[in-house]
Amino acid sequence: MSPAQPDRADDPEIEELPPDISRRARRLLASLIRPHLALAVVLIVSITVGGIMSVAGPFFVARAIDDGLPAAVGGDTGPLVVAIAAVALTGVADAAATWLSIRLNGRLSQKILFDLRGRLFTHVQRLDLRYHERSTSGRLVSRQTSDMESVQQFVSQALNGMVLSLLTMSAIAVTLVVMNVPLALVAFAGFIPLVFLTVYAHRQQRSAYRRTRTSIARVIVQFVETMGGIRAVQSFRRQRPGLERLTGEDAVYAQANTDALHGVATFAGGTRLIGNLSQTGIILLGGWLVINGYTQLGVLAAFLLYLRRFYGPLDELVQSFSLYQSASAALEKITAVLDAEPDVDAPADPQPLPEQRTGTGRSISFEDVSFAYDSEGPEVLPTFDLEIPAGQIVAVVGATGAGKSTLVKLLTRMYDPSTGAVRLDGVDVRKLADARLRESLVMVTQESYLFSGTIADNIRIGNPDATDAQVLAAAEAVGLDPYVRSLPEGYDTDVKKRGGRLSSGQRQLVSFARVFLADPDVIVLDEATAHLDIPSERLIQQALARVLEGRTAIIIAHRLSTVEIADRVLVMDAGRVVEDGTPAELIHGNSRFGRMYSAWQDSLA
Amino acid sequence: MRSLWRFWPDVRARLGVYLFIFVLTLGSMGIALLVPMITGWIVDGPIARGDFAGMLAPLALILLIGIAEAAAVWLRRRLIAPITSRWEVLWRERLYDRLQYVAVGVHDAWPAGQLLSRAVNDLSQLRRFFAFGLQFLIASPLIVLGGGIILASLHPYFGIIAIAAAVPTVTAIAVLERRYRLASRSAQDTMGEIATDVEEAVQGIRILKAFGRSPWAAQRFRALSERLRGFELTKAYVDSWMFDAAIMIPVLALTAILAVGTWGVIGGWMTVGQVIAALTVTMFLRMPIEMVGFLLADFLMSVTAANRYWEVMDLPLDITDPDGEISEDPQPHSYAGHIRFDAVEYRFADAEEPILAHIDLDIAPGETLALVGATGTGKTALAALLPRLQDVTAGSITLDGADLRDFRINELRRIVSVAFEDPVLFSTTVRENVAMGLKHADVRALPAAETGTSGRAAGASGTETATSGPESGTSGPATSTSGLGDAHGPDAEVWEALEIAAAADFVRRLPDGLNTEVGEQGLSLSGGQRQRLALARAVIGKPRVLVLDDPLSAVDVDTEDRVQTALRRVLGDSTTLVIAHRPSTAALADRVAVLEGGRITDTGTHDELLARNRHYRDLMGASSHAAAETEEVRR
Repeated sequence: MSPAQPDRADDPEIEELPPDISRRARRLLASLIRPHLALAVVLIVSITVGGIMSVAGPFFVARAIDDGLPAAVGGDTGPLVVAIAAVALTGVADAAATWLSIRLNGRLSQKILFDLRGRLFTHVQRLDLRYHERSTSGRLVSRQTSDMESVQQFVSQALNGMVLSLLTMSAIAVTLVVMNVPLALVAFAGFIPLVFLTVYAHRQQRSAYRRTRTSIARVIVQFVETMGGIRAVQSFRRQRPGLERLTGEDAVYAQANTDALHGVATFAGGTRLIGNLSQTGIILLGGWLVINGYTQLGVLAAFLLYLRRFYGPLDELVQSFSLYQSASAALEKITAVLDAEPDVDAPADPQPLPEQRTGTGRSISFEDVSFAYDSEGPEVLPTFDLEIPAGQIVAVVGATGAGKSTLVKLLTRMYDPSTGAVRLDGVDVRKLADARLRESLVMVTQESYLFSGTIADNIRIGNPDATDAQVLAAAEAVGLDPYVRSLPEGYDTDVKKRGGRLSSGQRQLVSFARVFLADPDVIVLDEATAHLDIPSERLIQQALARVLEGRTAIIIAHRLSTVEIADRVLVMDAGRVVEDGTPAELIHGNSRFGRMYSAWQDSLA
Repeated sequence: MRSLWRFWPDVRARLGVYLFIFVLTLGSMGIALLVPMITGWIVDGPIARGDFAGMLAPLALILLIGIAEAAAVWLRRRLIAPITSRWEVLWRERLYDRLQYVAVGVHDAWPAGQLLSRAVNDLSQLRRFFAFGLQFLIASPLIVLGGGIILASLHPYFGIIAIAAAVPTVTAIAVLERRYRLASRSAQDTMGEIATDVEEAVQGIRILKAFGRSPWAAQRFRALSERLRGFELTKAYVDSWMFDAAIMIPVLALTAILAVGTWGVIGGWMTVGQVIAALTVTMFLRMPIEMVGFLLADFLMSVTAANRYWEVMDLPLDITDPDGEISEDPQPHSYAGHIRFDAVEYRFADAEEPILAHIDLDIAPGETLALVGATGTGKTALAALLPRLQDVTAGSITLDGADLRDFRINELRRIVSVAFEDPVLFSTTVRENVAMGLKHADVRALPAAETGTSGRAAGASGTETATSGPESGTSGPATSTSGLGDAHGPDAEVWEALEIAAAADFVRRLPDGLNTEVGEQGLSLSGGQRQRLALARAVIGKPRVLVLDDPLSAVDVDTEDRVQTALRRVLGDSTTLVIAHRPSTAALADRVAVLEGGRITDTGTHDELLARNRHYRDLMGASSHAAAETEEVRR
């Protein structure tokens, strides 16, 4: 069987868990229960009532036989009827209490899961791109599905059993002590090996359950990747290597699972053994005590009856314990995600943007800005200053890797600069509330992702409150409308249904429609027209020319047609702005831009 | 129910062990009855008599039974663990393998998370069911039945009571079962939607951040999560009634037995012993009956899980070899590469109108044909027909005169090499990503791959370690040279392809050269970089037929120019279909076909079309008025 895979060396934050992770995971669980404490208390009370009722039933059965029956034979049916009625009543009460506790437990556990899911989702959204670029979607999906399922198993099944078992055991422990101290001590002596066994099982299961969480995440990553790239998988006949890889990851998972369950087997078998041994010990000692007159026969009989109820719940506890182990390994993984702090985060006390003067856009300034993706890594952008006045349309050009995209990632706060500050109308973008920043500044990239839902829903990402008419206008402006109208369900066509599958060009048009709907003060386009044919690109540019009136824009494009609408061109090379001027100035000089422009002209027909 | 039964062949393969485990389950339940009996006998006999030595023998028996019981518990769990863990991954393997071969068109109809939740959540439900639920589900009714027979044999009245108790139990189950099953199906489907939503929200994170729509996404997720909570609560509520019935009914039976029994004792037609025995049996039966609430829920969830699993497993394999199978690795024969489209039509399965119709094209061996058309005219759909990612819905495509459907599918896909506009890199090294396009040698046969990243390239071992960063340089001197760029030696073909795609320079600068891990789990590359690697993968080994879907859309003009020149030089022999949006790409082709509204409206050389076809001029941005118009608006 394959050994456990060492964790990936290059993303320690994601895979390697800090030493105090289990404490943090427990704290997380506590923080999830705390808001619902009242509910939890009512739940425990109803479980307790149910437990008492189920113990009381047999007591009344004994009363009916021992007291009621002789009395009834003697002519007095009263005690018998009372006892039988009590049996029925305790049964009904037990059923009612159980009914209630299952419902309350359902409510409590679903509240906890709902909170945890929401918390995790929101946090993942808050994490910055640096985190997301290192992580994979599959791993985060596994946190929300497989890990969440482990937690669900525990909170929905184990809480009930654990409370009931612990209550029963402590109640019976007290009874045992009251009945006979030496015998009780023998009964409790079993707890000494039990503690060692529990510690041992805990260690064994913990490491195995942790491995299940890590390996199932790898399986999920492989699964998600394969299904997401199925076209490439089939074209390049990657099915066999894919299956081999999945099988390899899954073998680790199956082994970890087997190890964990073997741990449970040892624990369950060991617990049962300890219970049975103490029972034998008690019969031995009890028999000796009775025979030598130290105690009554009746006491021993009762003691033995209760003893079974004392060790019985241990099975339940073992089961709950292993569910807890599995859940806590999952909670550790979830905690690790929740503990990751984004470098790019919302400001503690956001500053307002100055009032917008109608139709001017906003000014942008980079002050002493430098940037490296890693503190030890190379500087991608050496220190620079850049001023873009409100209303200017700036084209940024340069070879691949010149730093154009990095420049706009700083402006749009996908990353924060290593030094210096990026300002929008004089306000550091780090001081702006996210909602404020995003409503005044929007970026479109060549990546145009569609979310499940209708075409209209997808355009509405630009502005969720937009009316149908506004959505339509945006689609018309970018030239998407004729196509959408040709679909049987028009704007209500589901983009994941085959009829609604958009080509990459059409997806890009959806991205543009989003921007038009968002109506920001500053528009950033990073290769946003790469997948469009030339007429569509032209149409977009005409629309942009109208829309950009009175806004600030930064446009990155390999195809220099963009320059036609720009007021200013920045040429970048190796992270620096090497040329800066109006298109007219640059085209005619002996500049890099001049050369690029003529090369581009040549590439046209 | 039937869907669960379909796992029978796997159960049968391990039937011996499985039955043995079942016997252990029954045995450990039975032992629970034995010990109190012996204990009672010790208490009433030797202890009551004061015979200490006399109690030792039966006590030793109790000790033995106790040890045996613990051993049975241990052994049962120990034996079942590897079997069911293995089944879970085996079933997942089958599901994954099925999905890998299901046609792209079928895939598109399934949200990603629905497939994932079946492969993970449903299968782990089934593992738990086969490990635990099923055993007790069979054992409990047996024990209850046995108990009922004992009751009836004690006195016919008790038998009537047992039957009377069975009627409401069965009724309650019948009433509740349907509701629970519906809720469980909805809950499990919603779990799939949650998986889809989470995946989308992570994959689309840049869009959500750029528009500040994370709160919107969170609200959407909360709505889903709220729905899931609703279904789970319905399950809990139905479950509460099942438990209610499971507790009430034996208690009522107990009360009835007590009442009837004491009445019989008073009336003299029954003995106290009979009543006590009947009560003991009934008390003992409480446990298995109370478990029914839990077992039934578990069973119904498992039925749902099995249904969901088989739904995917039953997806048809539409695109196969002529014999309906898919042979893994057929060696291609040699072909000239003559492609003909003959009255081809393609229609999405759920669409009314075909997206492509009356396509007639003849691409001579070695010819490069550019396909030009406006956004959304079906260019990508057409390109997908050549490697048979989709099959034509009418007409035919032939390669050297043979219908594509008469080829073995993987042979065809070896002949036809593709670069998609949306480049997908796999989570492995640059070398393997590029070399997987090789026609003849599988990548694992490359010597460098073997010495360099043995585990990774072999892929089969499942033990590969995803290392990157400086440490992985330990793979040996041989690799570091080949990894860092040398046009000779085993990686020569890879480097050549990288050079053509103008990717060699940036690959050399990657931390581990060819050994750098890329893809979702590796280093993230820019769109242009990914596109160039995908292009290198397509052109490596000079494929017979090459399909390039707008292969340079994300690349700057300079690089584009270099790639075009290299492509022209190298691909003289390959029959190439290239989707072009730009004049420079179209000019690369020997001939251009114009696609308009799903039909080919004109073919000719780039210059001919520019001269005679106005639509083509528009598409190529060559109509001067279009540019002027833009200029005007701007002023």
